[in-house]
Amino acid sequence: MSINLQALSAQLLVGLINGSFYALLSLGLAVIFGMLNIINFAHGAVYMMGAFAAYFLLNIAGIGYWPALILAPLAVGLFGMVMERTMLKWIANLDHLYGLLLTFGLALIIQGVFQNYFGSSGLPYAIPDALKGGMNLGFMFLPIYRGWVVIFSLIVCIATWFLIERTRLGAYLRAATENPTLVRAFGINVPLMITLTYGLGVGLAALAGVLSAPINQVRPLMGADLIIVVFAVVVIGGMGSIMGSIITGFALGIIEGLTKYFYPEASNTVVFVLMVLVLLVKPSGLTGRAA
Amino acid sequence: MKKAVSTSLLGLALMMSASSLAFAQDKTAKIGVLNDQSGLYADVTGVGSTLAAQMAVEDSGLAAKGWKIDVVVGDHQNKPDIGVNIARQWFDRDKVDVIVDVPTSSVGLAVNNVVKEKNGVYLNSGSGTSDLSNAQCSPNTIHWAYDTYQLANGTGSAMVKSGGDTWFFLTADYAFGTALERDTTNAVTAMGGKVLGSVRPPLNTADFSSFLLQAQTSKAKVIGLANAGGDTINSIKQASEFGIIKGGQKLAGLLMFISDVHALGLPVAQGLSFTETFYWDLNDGTRSFSKRFQERMKNKAMPTTVQAGVYSSLIHYFKTLDAMGGNSHDGLKIVDKMKATPTDDIIFGKGTIQPNGRKLHPAYLFEVKKPEESKGPWDYYKLVATIPADQAFTPLDKSSCPLLKK
Repeated sequence: MSINLQALSAQLLVGLINGSFYALLSLGLAVIFGMLNIINFAHGAVYMMGAFAAYFLLNIAGIGYWPALILAPLAVGLFGMVMERTMLKWIANLDHLYGLLLTFGLALIIQGVFQNYFGSSGLPYAIPDALKGGMNLGFMFLPIYRGWVVIFSLIVCIATWFLIERTRLGAYLRAATENPTLVRAFGINVPLMITLTYGLGVGLAALAGVLSAPINQVRPLMGADLIIVVFAVVVIGGMGSIMGSIITGFALGIIEGLTKYFYPEASNTVVFVLMVLVLLVKPSGLTGRAA
Repeated sequence: MKKAVSTSLLGLALMMSASSLAFAQDKTAKIGVLNDQSGLYADVTGVGSTLAAQMAVEDSGLAAKGWKIDVVVGDHQNKPDIGVNIARQWFDRDKVDVIVDVPTSSVGLAVNNVVKEKNGVYLNSGSGTSDLSNAQCSPNTIHWAYDTYQLANGTGSAMVKSGGDTWFFLTADYAFGTALERDTTNAVTAMGGKVLGSVRPPLNTADFSSFLLQAQTSKAKVIGLANAGGDTINSIKQASEFGIIKGGQKLAGLLMFISDVHALGLPVAQGLSFTETFYWDLNDGTRSFSKRFQERMKNKAMPTTVQAGVYSSLIHYFKTLDAMGGNSHDGLKIVDKMKATPTDDIIFGKGTIQPNGRKLHPAYLFEVKKPEESKGPWDYYKLVATIPADQAFTPLDKSSCPLLKK
């Protein structure tokens, strides 16, 4: 196969765009796992709910894309907090497996309900007017919306990392994970912090959902298709590592993009092959601490 | 001694005739609707096909004649192994007589073998691959609603005629996609066109941008989408995002269903042309069926070609059972009788079934209306041309079906 440099750079850019979604989603997972020790299998379902929230806001309340970018994650985040308070809280001290099973079951129920009412083909959501069209970069035609997705998600990722690793609030949070009893003794409301953290993680997934609504159809199974890949990203990056999941997200998007160019048939599996390789060499993931 | 033998022979004969009498009076039938209930083809087939089967049972009028007909449903999740397991269980344990629908060609072909082995009846409306009436044809199978040859011929020839003589394919990487690409390539080259290349994304891909970029750089005039359902929706939507249509390249949706157009919305789908064998607004018959269907669907969707095909195929099956006076549960015999009887229903009108198991009816070249031309939801298609039944499908002398070489 002759390598066309133009096409190759285009694929790299497209990979970066997909990487943005992986990064946003795996970041949310990493936050939840790192702080709450819950393997949140409902992550794909809340991502889908974010996209549906944007669709409802537009078609029922007439609220457009920009407010939805804030409102949808808030609404879905709130839903997540209710979920944490009413269900996840009770199994916080049990084995990881229970959280995994509970959230997986919840995901199936949520997706089933949406599919029952909206079918599998999904609903259309238009690109906001300000981001319509595209520009010619010479080597490819870049839709402006996709460029926006990369930049915006990069900002959100870095902001989240900063919040958790560099602020006082983040320090409390990390301390609360290490030793909740001690942090509580300092007069900090740990259960509330945990609920808010879960809300944050879920909100991040919903935000990714809103971002993806104009690109993909708003479909009940949009999250189910993505979540397995995102879990692979988290495992490669190292469970619970914030920076690791961001970098791995973008990197895997690019690797997948290259696979689509060189050997498209394998593009759905390349991430898992990498996962196996990484687990063989470094079982705790690229940036993970050994358990 | 002689008398004793003749008496017992008489007894035997009486017994045999009594048992064959019981045979003829067996007025039960069990229908298995096997399809994708939850994945990317759920809107094209799914619960809509189940409803179509139930409507066929009701409309057949067999219940009034003392028949007892059951409908069971299975979800094959687009996986051949699951489909085969369900089919085996249906024949072995649940005594299912006929399997209908079965989308996803890889599953459709796998189930084809099981039905033949178990001597059942297989009325496939969901799979696209024309192999079902060619290399892999079976005496127990009728391929009902549409196939890749008909799609390729209809859309491929029409596009080349209107100047689209260079093609690039975006092909779903499984039996259906490759069959559709092969059949379309044949149609395009037969008309003097040229295929510049193809790329094969896996089934159920969310992001097509990489593949669309490759199609864009190929500079082909037509990008043929040899995929279906959710894959087609995503590739069309993303093609418009990447400015492919504005750049002068045309998209050919080789297999489009009305559910896809509905999901895309007219602003994105307008101007697409493709071939279908059914549209709800074709004539009084299709309209009356579709309106009744729509009222009973939870999401108020109009029937797709596949769902209408399930209805039509069962109506013919029930007519045949009625004419035979009972259910012999002998798949070969029933399918032979079905082939010998001309078809006539409100979906496809009058038609015939070829010896290779291919059901014949007209195909239609449609174009998607502009938003301002549409009178409301589901008013989506403009009829461009009608391809008569005898030209729409593989000509019998070109069919590679072994059943024809007797």
